[in-house]
Amino acid sequence: MIRFTHVTKQYPKGGPAIDDVSFHVNRGEFVFLTGPSGAGKSTVLKLIYVDERPTSGEMKFAGQSSAVMTMKEIPALRRRLGVVFQDFQLLEDRTAEQNVAFALEVIGTPHQQVGPKVARALTQVGLAAKATALPHELSGGEQQRVAIARALVNDPIVLLADEPTGNLDDRATRGIFQLLRDINASGTAVMMATHDLALVKAQQYRTLEMNRGRLVYDSGGQFPAEGDEFDVPVPNPAIDLAVAAAPPAESLLEGAAADPRLEGAAADPRLEGAAADSRLDGPQAEEAR
Amino acid sequence: MNLAVREAVRAFKRAPMLSALSVTTIAFSLFAFGLFGLVALNLRSALADIEERVEIRGFVAEGTNPEATATAVGDISSFPEVASVLLISEVQALDRARRELGEFEDVFEAGILPASIEVRLKEGYRDPAHVREIARRLEVYDFIDDIRYGEEWVEKLHRLRTIASAVGISLGMTFALVAVIIIGSTIRMAVLARSREIRIMRLVGATNGFIRAPFLVEGFLKGLLGGVLALVLTRTTFEFVGQYVVQASYFNTGIAVLGVLGGALIGLVGSAVSVGRHLRRV
Repeated sequence: MIRFTHVTKQYPKGGPAIDDVSFHVNRGEFVFLTGPSGAGKSTVLKLIYVDERPTSGEMKFAGQSSAVMTMKEIPALRRRLGVVFQDFQLLEDRTAEQNVAFALEVIGTPHQQVGPKVARALTQVGLAAKATALPHELSGGEQQRVAIARALVNDPIVLLADEPTGNLDDRATRGIFQLLRDINASGTAVMMATHDLALVKAQQYRTLEMNRGRLVYDSGGQFPAEGDEFDVPVPNPAIDLAVAAAPPAESLLEGAAADPRLEGAAADPRLEGAAADSRLDGPQAEEAR
Repeated sequence: MNLAVREAVRAFKRAPMLSALSVTTIAFSLFAFGLFGLVALNLRSALADIEERVEIRGFVAEGTNPEATATAVGDISSFPEVASVLLISEVQALDRARRELGEFEDVFEAGILPASIEVRLKEGYRDPAHVREIARRLEVYDFIDDIRYGEEWVEKLHRLRTIASAVGISLGMTFALVAVIIIGSTIRMAVLARSREIRIMRLVGATNGFIRAPFLVEGFLKGLLGGVLALVLTRTTFEFVGQYVVQASYFNTGIAVLGVLGGALIGLVGSAVSVGRHLRRV
């Protein structure tokens, strides 16, 4: 789904931010991207959401190659992924639900769909009760949940998190991390950049380690056969809704049989998952209190 | 579009001081330009009034056949540069001199003043070169003794007019440029104040057109409000000057509407440029 092939990113001033990096991430995977500050973690994420373009090499996301992507194609790509940051990036003068709704409105989502989608996303992150709170009335962990709800509201196939727990205390960190795991369990791939080694080591997830712009360690993903799904364009119902053209149902399931998580994804298990998953009532609820 | 208007209104509401400041800045830039425009307009019409008095007077020799002068008057009126030709008989000349001189009316006696042909030129032909050219053409009639057109005065007036338009154009352009720069930076500030919104819009996949729309609406509204405010300011100043200093003329409705729309256009274009730059840079 995400594939880097010998990607180098060189900024006009200074050396390469990342140097000859190759890896791939499959649908539904959970991947840590770790390494010291300045190792190139953020650059890798920026290359995925095309805030930057490779100087050389190729980045492919859901079948779209950075090499041939036009400026006009970038917004469509970004609607298929969600991004959260260390500093939350919320709009301070808008309530939690308005912040989430903003992400839908600015891509032209029909008005009547906004309310239900926002409510669903806020429920998913455990903040339904604080929908009308302004960011400054929320704790850091809660603000990050709002940011995550905003990233999820368009049903992305991958969530990119750049140091999402960097500004949070231990308890909030555990809550956010658990939320990311829940999101992943419901079928969304998660790529989390962090320099919190303790967190990384405590988990069994795949880890990519960066150092000085190079990928120095990959604990190993499941390597799919040649011509796997990441070369196949992945339809996204969320963006197609905007143009009122529902995608054919079979294309969503195509090639997904091998991955049980995807089968569920078609029916959007997050909603059910959120209700059924007992973990939601665990640390999150604790933090919300 | 709906969202664009809502977001623009929201921006006004969220930062009323900043919005009021930009509207006022736009208003005062346009006000300065408008005042200059008023001065230029009145100067121009004053000069035009004076210019209308440019005339060429050919004095007719005594004892000329009236038919010959009448034919000449007909000929001269057919020159394309000529607005009107008037034949002043000796009697009329005396009448006029007495009327103009009032208490000295008895100093003139009949027969002192010659008859004359008075030629006025159309607008655009009142410069020294044309005046001289027409005067030369009058010389061909041998019954015309003498031709006067205040050569020196026509030259001076022409120079004044040339200077006035040169100063007018350069000052006007400077004022307009300053207005555009000030309005542009005001709007740029508004865009920068909302860079986080732009960043988020881009991140969630809003198209550039969608991102631009609220700013364009906002810039247009600010420019429009600033233009209206500038119009109110110039009108107030105009009334004040009219009451205490000098009667002058004001913009006609067309120019006033054009001025307000110009403000809106500057706001619109300024926003488009600022957001465009921002979108390329971020």
